[in-house]
Amino acid sequence: MTTTLRPTPSPNEAQIRTPLARVRGLGSAKDGTEHFWRQRVTAVANLFLVIFAVILVLRLVGADYAEVRETLSGPFVTVALTMLILSGVIHMRLGMQTIIEDYIHSEGLKVVLLMLNTFFAIAVGATCLVAVLQLAFGS
Amino acid sequence: MASAKPSAGSRPVSPHLQIYSPLVNMMMSIVHRITGGALYFGTLLLAFYLVSAASGPEAFAYASWLFSTPIGLLILFGYTWVLLHHMLGGVRHMIWDTGRGFDLATVDKLCWGSLVGSISLTILVWAIAILL
Repeated sequence: MTTTLRPTPSPNEAQIRTPLARVRGLGSAKDGTEHFWRQRVTAVANLFLVIFAVILVLRLVGADYAEVRETLSGPFVTVALTMLILSGVIHMRLGMQTIIEDYIHSEGLKVVLLMLNTFFAIAVGATCLVAVLQLAFGS
Repeated sequence: MASAKPSAGSRPVSPHLQIYSPLVNMMMSIVHRITGGALYFGTLLLAFYLVSAASGPEAFAYASWLFSTPIGLLILFGYTWVLLHHMLGGVRHMIWDTGRGFDLATVDKLCWGSLVGSISLTILVWAIAILL
């Protein structure tokens, strides 16, 4: 990318970033505020979905298998659990990504852990989702 | 940045964790990260529960038995607190995200509030569970 500095930048205005880069606002990691924003959006979703899940678990205390199956196969519960799983694994993947980036300074290990982080989030998410769908539609 | 090898003694070193007295906001910040990490792996418990429920009565009975052992109950109790503490910590961060609550008195109140709130809510949830 060609750098087009303004002719006489004052000390305060002197920037290496191009005007285009400034307008895009994506920063050096090229994803701007996406990480921050997704973390917040899923956090708000999780707040409501976790409260729902806690109430759901309380309702299932002491229930036998047939009652548990019946409760977990209801459409409202299925949709809410699906959203909790999706929002939850996105949120936790972003959070663990931050932890890895903060503490792992060896580039190779960091890349491996970031990949494993994504694999783990998707594996847990897929497992939970399939179980929830099996509860909803299975015999 | 490429050669950020700290050579101790040659350059002044920024004060780090061991030099600060543990203030509540600092402790709650650390605990927020630790509880987040715990919840990350705690999703395995949720997966285990859902899969066992989907797998049939025998698997579900086994999972129910596992969760009803003293260690199982301790893990569930801990899970409850970790979840609720991270949740309230998240609410605190949302308040801070709006730019509010940064004066020291409010910071302390919010941090103590999330700790006291999470412990109270955990006890409340378990009291309801036991009474049900």
